[in-house]
Amino acid sequence: MLEIKNLHVRAGNHEILKGVDLKVDVGEVHSIMGPNGSGKSTLAQVLAGRETYEVTEGEVLYDGKNLLEMAPEERACEGIFMAFQYPVEIPGVGSAQFLKAALNAIRKARDLEELDAMEFLALVKEKIKLLGVDEKLLHRSVNEGFSGGEKKRNEIFQMALLEPRLCVMDETDSGLDIDALKIVAKGVNDMRSPERAIIVVTHYQRLLNYVIPDYVHVLVDGRIVKSGGKDLALELEEKGYAGIEEELRAGAKA
Amino acid sequence: MSVVTQERDYYAEIFADFEKATAGNGQGWLQPVRRAAIARFTELGFPTTRDEDWRFTNVAPLAQIAFQLTSDSRVELTPREIAQFAIPGLGDIQLVFVNGRYAPTLSSTGLPGHGVSVRSLAQAFKDDRDVLEQHLTRYAAYAHDAFIALNTAFMDDGAFVHVPRGRVVEKPIRLLYVSTATADPIATHPRNLIVMDEDSQAVIVEDYVALDADVYFSNVVTEVVVGQNSVLSHYMIERESHQAFSVSTLRLEQGRSSNVTSHRVLLGGALVRNNVHPVLAGEGSECLINGLFMATGSQHMDNFMRVEHASPHCDSRQFYHGILDGRSHGVFSGRIIVHKDAQKTDAKQTNKNLLLSQEAQIDSKPQLEIYADDVKCTHGATIGQIDQDAIFYLRSRGIAEDAARALLLFGFAGETLERMKAEPIRRYLETLVAQWLPEGKLLEEVR
Ligand SMILES: Nc1ncnc2c1ncn2[C@@H]1O[C@H](COP(=O)(O)OP(=O)(O)O)[C@@H](O)[C@H]1O
Ligand SMILES: [Mg+2]
Repeated sequence: MLEIKNLHVRAGNHEILKGVDLKVDVGEVHSIMGPNGSGKSTLAQVLAGRETYEVTEGEVLYDGKNLLEMAPEERACEGIFMAFQYPVEIPGVGSAQFLKAALNAIRKARDLEELDAMEFLALVKEKIKLLGVDEKLLHRSVNEGFSGGEKKRNEIFQMALLEPRLCVMDETDSGLDIDALKIVAKGVNDMRSPERAIIVVTHYQRLLNYVIPDYVHVLVDGRIVKSGGKDLALELEEKGYAGIEEELRAGAKA
Repeated sequence: MSVVTQERDYYAEIFADFEKATAGNGQGWLQPVRRAAIARFTELGFPTTRDEDWRFTNVAPLAQIAFQLTSDSRVELTPREIAQFAIPGLGDIQLVFVNGRYAPTLSSTGLPGHGVSVRSLAQAFKDDRDVLEQHLTRYAAYAHDAFIALNTAFMDDGAFVHVPRGRVVEKPIRLLYVSTATADPIATHPRNLIVMDEDSQAVIVEDYVALDADVYFSNVVTEVVVGQNSVLSHYMIERESHQAFSVSTLRLEQGRSSNVTSHRVLLGGALVRNNVHPVLAGEGSECLINGLFMATGSQHMDNFMRVEHASPHCDSRQFYHGILDGRSHGVFSGRIIVHKDAQKTDAKQTNKNLLLSQEAQIDSKPQLEIYADDVKCTHGATIGQIDQDAIFYLRSRGIAEDAARALLLFGFAGETLERMKAEPIRRYLETLVAQWLPEGKLLEEVR
């Protein structure tokens, strides 16, 4: 479903991704782990279409199509959803209005009937309960004045509502207390399906206790330095990123 | 179009004609005030950019045009011609003025309730002389303001609203000022007097519209006396012709524990000066000043707030948002004056501006003059472009780029619209604002 080949990305004069390869198929859950500044968010943002990053080399195929040529909204309509590490506050734009605009844009692209106000509200109320998000949020401006936890849960709520085919979650677990973490994990597990792929970007191993990935990749300094199964996350937890890097260096020398 | 080289002589001359034409109309008691006002104007002349309060606004183009008084340029309009300006659901208390002159056949004074007066100022000169003598020209001071001086000299029509003690007027009272094309550019000097006695309540909408894209000068003064414990919501919609000069002054005199909100949406006019001047004269009074100005092309919109705290324990809030496109120029001056005795003043001011183009420009200037020592005063201004992070966020959820822009702009404007409690007016303004936005049509789908 998603194929990233030799992806090089920079912002300004700063080369951030230095040749990333990754293949993700439907039904799979991948985790990308890495220390701060290794380029995790850059990768997530490039997949979502952020134009401030410049792709200097490599390609990204989504269902065989050149993803990098598509506008962010086209990608969303094609089923890509990125949960932001730092969701943006948008004063004056009501959450309900925003969600309805998003949902109907995506439904239109999928040749589905647009929902009227009643149908929309019914759907939203159903999904919002699952994620323990306060309904009052619908009457507030998008993310405005939300706590960190509310913002993260709001991202997962949007994901559940928009039913993407490829979910990219950028540190959705960071800064959450254990109750919120469990809610988020449940939201992600509910999304697991043979028709869908999920990429969980995380700094900590903690979330992976609840969302068991099929594959784990370690991103260091713009490169995936190691890939493996779910046990790699535990190994990382034990040795730390420094330990893995050390090991790799030793391996390279030997 | 003739050109005025000596504006002071020009206006003194047309004043002499005006006096002759209006002799014996029962307004004789005003003559000394009018004469003093025109005399003051001939001393002051129009302001220049050397005046601190006019630093960013050059009125020379206005001063050069030989505007005629409206008296002889009556135009009869049919209800159909003004139907396009109707505000759905507003109610039927409406005074209509065509080129500054009251149009009884277009107006409907409805049934505002016992003892409530809603009539033209010309009529009030005959029927309400006592109230007029007590209040008219008492608040809007012409001594330092050339535009108020001109209005005071030349006023002869406008609206008079009197809400007696204890009365609540539920339905908004609308004052609709329509400008039409005229052979020569005309000046109108509408004068509105709103008197609210103790414990009364009302909603008033001043609406300035144009049937044609013509050159004219609209110089409005609205004096409002808000008695003890009274509540007034005042709205002003300015959608004058894009060639018009529009100067307006709202002067509010607030009694003890009174509560006033002033909402203004400015969309039209080539050169606009919007003065809002509340004096919180009675203890414990409150005012909310809320405005939105949206300019494009070469429009110039100058918002001049002067909030005077003259008594203790008064609260004032100012929120003005500007959206500036094209080569337009916006100005926001927010002066807060706290008099010596006005302890426990709580005054806040926020001005936020969005610049949509490289050439658009805004000057934002807070000014605090504080003579009391136990006060809370804050101000803040922001000038920014459209938030690209927010655009990306919306697009990443499937919303097209132009629709995302429209949502953000409408959201920015919406922060001011949300403060408007009169539902039909707010809904109407939402539509007007959406139509103004380049991508406004897209909003119909998503709203
Ligand atoms: N827009 C940008 N402009 C310049 N540098 C950037 C930009 N975004 C990220 N970087 C830099 O790229 C590196 C990787 O950032 P990021 O992808 O956010 O890492 P992570 O999410 O793994 O913490 C950091 O050194 C960061 O400072
Ligand atoms: Mg990150």
